[in-house]
Parts: sequence; C-alpha cells; structure tokens
Amino acid sequence: MSWLEKIIPAVKGDTVGKRGVPEGLWLKCPNCDSVLYTEDVEKNQHVCMKCSYHMRIGARTRLNGLLDESGRKEIGAEVTPVDSLKFKDSKKYPDRLKQATEATGETDALVVMQGAIEKVPAVVACFEFEFMGGSMGSVVGERFARGVDAAIKAKCGFVSVAASGGARMQEGLASLMQMAKTNARLAELAEKKLPYISILTDPTMGGVSASFAFVGDVVIAEPGALVGFAGPRVIEQTVREKLPDGFQRAEFLLEKGAIDMIVDRREMRATLARLLSAMRS
Amino acid sequence: MAKQHYLDFEHPISELQARIDELTELHNGVDQLDVSDELKKLRRKLADLNKSIYSKLTPWQIALVARHPQRPYTLDYIGGMFTEFVELHGDRGFSDDRAIVGGFARFDGKSCVVIGHQKGRDTKEKVARNWGMPRPEGYRKALRLMKLADKFSLPIFTFVDTPGAYPGVDAEERGQSEAIGRNLFEMAQMRVPIIVTVIGEGGSGGALAIAVGDTTVMLQYSTYSVISPEGCASILWKSAERASEAAESLAITAPRLKALGLIDHVVAEPSGGAHRDPVGMVQNLKPLLAAELTRLSELSPSERLQQRRARLAAYGAVKVAA
Repeated sequence: MSWLEKIIPAVKGDTVGKRGVPEGLWLKCPNCDSVLYTEDVEKNQHVCMKCSYHMRIGARTRLNGLLDESGRKEIGAEVTPVDSLKFKDSKKYPDRLKQATEATGETDALVVMQGAIEKVPAVVACFEFEFMGGSMGSVVGERFARGVDAAIKAKCGFVSVAASGGARMQEGLASLMQMAKTNARLAELAEKKLPYISILTDPTMGGVSASFAFVGDVVIAEPGALVGFAGPRVIEQTVREKLPDGFQRAEFLLEKGAIDMIVDRREMRATLARLLSAMRS
Repeated sequence: MAKQHYLDFEHPISELQARIDELTELHNGVDQLDVSDELKKLRRKLADLNKSIYSKLTPWQIALVARHPQRPYTLDYIGGMFTEFVELHGDRGFSDDRAIVGGFARFDGKSCVVIGHQKGRDTKEKVARNWGMPRPEGYRKALRLMKLADKFSLPIFTFVDTPGAYPGVDAEERGQSEAIGRNLFEMAQMRVPIIVTVIGEGGSGGALAIAVGDTTVMLQYSTYSVISPEGCASILWKSAERASEAAESLAITAPRLKALGLIDHVVAEPSGGAHRDPVGMVQNLKPLLAAELTRLSELSPSERLQQRRARLAAYGAVKVAA
C-alpha cells in the first residue's frame, strides 16, 4: 500500500492511464459496477455511460482530450528529479521514482503542454496521479513555473488540472516550498492580466489543494472529485466523529462557495475555450 | 519561576538540578553548613551537562525541544523585542482566530506589523488558541494585517510556531486550502519587507501560510517540515513510533535546512534551549532581525520583490537536461 492510499481511501483500481488502460475489451465501472465496452469508455473520455462516474485518467489522456491536435508543444520535459535528501523509508527514493516511471511512462507527476483549446491559445499543466500519487516535488514545481512563464511569453491563459495527494515527503521541505514557488509565479501571471483557470479532479489534497488549486480566476471541479486540505481519515481522527456524506466532494465545495462550477469532463474543453475567451477583452 | 519541565532525554539534567535545589535549600536554611563550594562545583557540572546533551541532540529530540511547553511563544517575542504592540482582531468575515495573533508594533522605534502563530500555556488557553493550529479565519486575519502593512509601507515580521493548519470539518467547510493558498499568492506580491522567524514548530502548509518572505530565520532548535515526523512515520512505516527515523529522513532542523539553501539564517539558542533563558534568546535574535530589516529597507520595493521571487524560484533541486 502506498502512502497515499493511507490518506485517500480506495485510491487504487479505478485509474485509467497511459499504460493503465485495461487490456481487456470490457471494464467494470468502479462506481455502478456496470460492465462497459472499453472502447466506448475511451470514446466517452472515461466517463461511465451508465452513471456518469468520472474515472481517473492519466495526464496525457487528459491533455489529448483538452488540447487541439495541431501545434502542441511539451514544456519542461527536460527537468527531472534528483534525490537531494538521500531519502529512505522502506524503499529508496530513486527506486520509487524508477518504479513510478515504469508504471506511467512519465519522469515526474506533472505534464505541461502548450497549445490551443478550440483555437484559443493556452498552456495546460496536468497532474499524473499514478506517478507517486501525483505528489508535488521540485520537478512538479519547476515544470509548473516554466508553464506559467510560457503563458506569459505567449500572452495566453494558463490552465492547471490537479490530481494529487499533496506535497512529496521524499523531498522534505523543498516540496513544501513548491507551494510558495508556484503561487509566486501565478502572481506574475496575474500582474500581466492573463487568465488562470484551475481544474480540480479526483483527488486534490494537501499541499496542492492549499497552493495553486484555489487561486484560479475561475476554479472548476469535476463531478464527485474529492478536494480538501486534510485527508478524510486525518480529520476523522482529529474530530473523532463520522464525516458527513459527500464531505469534501465537488458538490459540497460548490455549495460552500469554494468553487465556481462543476463541469462534466465531456464539456470541459468547450467550457475552457469559452472562459478563456471571456477573460480577454 | 514556574517549575521547569524536563524532556525525557534531559533526565540527567533534571536529577542534577534537583540535587542543586536541595543543597541550596539546605544552604539557605542552615547558616553554619557551608556547601557553597559543592554548589559551585555542581553548577559547573550542570552547565557542562547541558552543553554536552544539547550538543548532540538528534533531529527528533530537537523536534521535542521545538514543542517544549515552556518555549517562548510569539507573544513572548513581541513583548521582548517590540514596543507599543496594538493587537488587532478578526477576519471581518467569520470570527477572530486566536491561534494567530497580530497587530501594529514598533521595532527599534519604527512602526511595523507583527503576526505570529500563538500557542497557549495552560489548558484553558491551549483550547482557546487551538494548540496553535489556525483555521481559515486565522490566515485571513493575517492577510488583512499584511495588507494594512502594504498600504502603509510598514515592514512585516512573522513568527512561525504551529503543528499545522487545523484539520477539522469546519476548517474545510470555510476553505482552509483557499485561505493558505491565497496567502502564498498575496505574500509573493507584498511590496514591503517580510521577515520570517521560525521560533518553534514550522508545521507544513499551516506554517508556510505566514512564512513567504524576503528572509527566513530559524532558531537553533526550531523545526520546519513538510509533514510532522509522526505523520510521515505513520504513512511510510505505518507506525508513529518511528517518528525519530522520519525526523532524520525529512531534514527538519535549522542547520540542515540552511545547508540545503531552504532558509537563510540560524540563530543560536541559549544553553539548554530558548525556554531556559528567554531573555538571552531575545538578545541573540534581535540584532539579526534588525540587520535584516536594514538590509531589506535599503532595497526599492521592486528590487525587493524581484529578489523575493528569485529566491522562491530557486527553491528545490532538479536536474535539467541541456
């Protein structure tokens, strides 16, 4: 069991990523147990045709669904992780990184792509949750920063799609500092009057939730996404009572006034294009 | 003076101190009995013992010193280093969070804004201050005060001492994440100097939310960490018992963080920690804060902002392919 599963129950088993695409022709919806034809699910952007459950998807699958096909350019792929603390728990940090790379095909938990959304230019930074729980370390922070820089240079909007358990413990305080680093860069974007849209997907927790996730000009969540500062188990242990139904879910956040809207994945691209153009006079 | 509280590893110190106290009482009670030589000897021994124990504290032991119940808190530093403190309350939206204190004050006669986490001393105060764990309204109060500082061009001093932001249902409902993230975003835009001092526990995002600035000072036995050693141990080893290993792995102590380039200054604590000599602690800390304020005040707001952002941009270690 990874450290993330400890914080977020039932993390495993319902993610469809680059390499995580089920081999079989059929797959079962983790929510309603309907048996679905894999190809149909893929065509439906990994949203269950029966119950509209939004399955977890990998960063590149997501980017493919959001960005126009032509003119895409990846940003920050040249930035890769180092083990500056020589961190060791039951496994060495470099071994964990290697394992995550083998599982996902990625070198860290954030993929940034410059391109356009329905012809509106944008830079999109997307988390890969399967890479060490989408945890934010120095590479995630640096790629994020380079993405914002690219948006400033191209005078276009910046979009982040979060899916993360929080900061990456294996990098110690440096990972906490990425919270300050990413938000400082977003402050520069804001000074240039360029739009920032934050999309919260399942799950967005801890240091990612408490940094750039909620400072978007517009904050959107996917239906049912779990989003919060502290994990439900930590809160349960603190308050010693059962948490209310739907606590920390997207619908709860909308009701509390924490987010602007909940958008179905299949409508996301059109919504982003509309919002990005709305924020340019 | 209140009864000294000793940590487990301080047992030899407490035993020796008990003997000294006993002898002192005897000495005071019976004039004829001359134990002053013996007392002098014991006191010297105590000083040596303090030095030797404190010179080889493990990161976990340092974490315990950082949480020492008698450690000076923000209001002690405000009382010791600032004058004319006027505390301001409330976030104007929900309530006054007493886990964070702040207001106007004077530092060497100059007007400034001072903000810090505040823990409680006795049970009643601990509850009122929620063990120094702020809710969103605490961070929003802090931001309100920082905006006042920015408006009136006053430097900001912050004092960090929290186990972390409060992980509770109400805190989540009122946007704990947003409150912390907002502060990081706004502090990266403040045009006035921000001088951060970690005085006790620098607990994760709850600490960082008032700790983005131009310079970060840590007291020798304070800690600053992405997660508590217990939290890390229970996640990685499924056992909070292994906190001591986690403390080692996480690199949470001031000298280690200085070497990693994540903080700027380490201030020596009096022998046996700040709680043994709060006045001495203030004497060690104040000149550094004064020097930092002078240095930062000489920069123009835009130079300062540029330097602050360059510092933030440099945080972290990565490999970049050519």
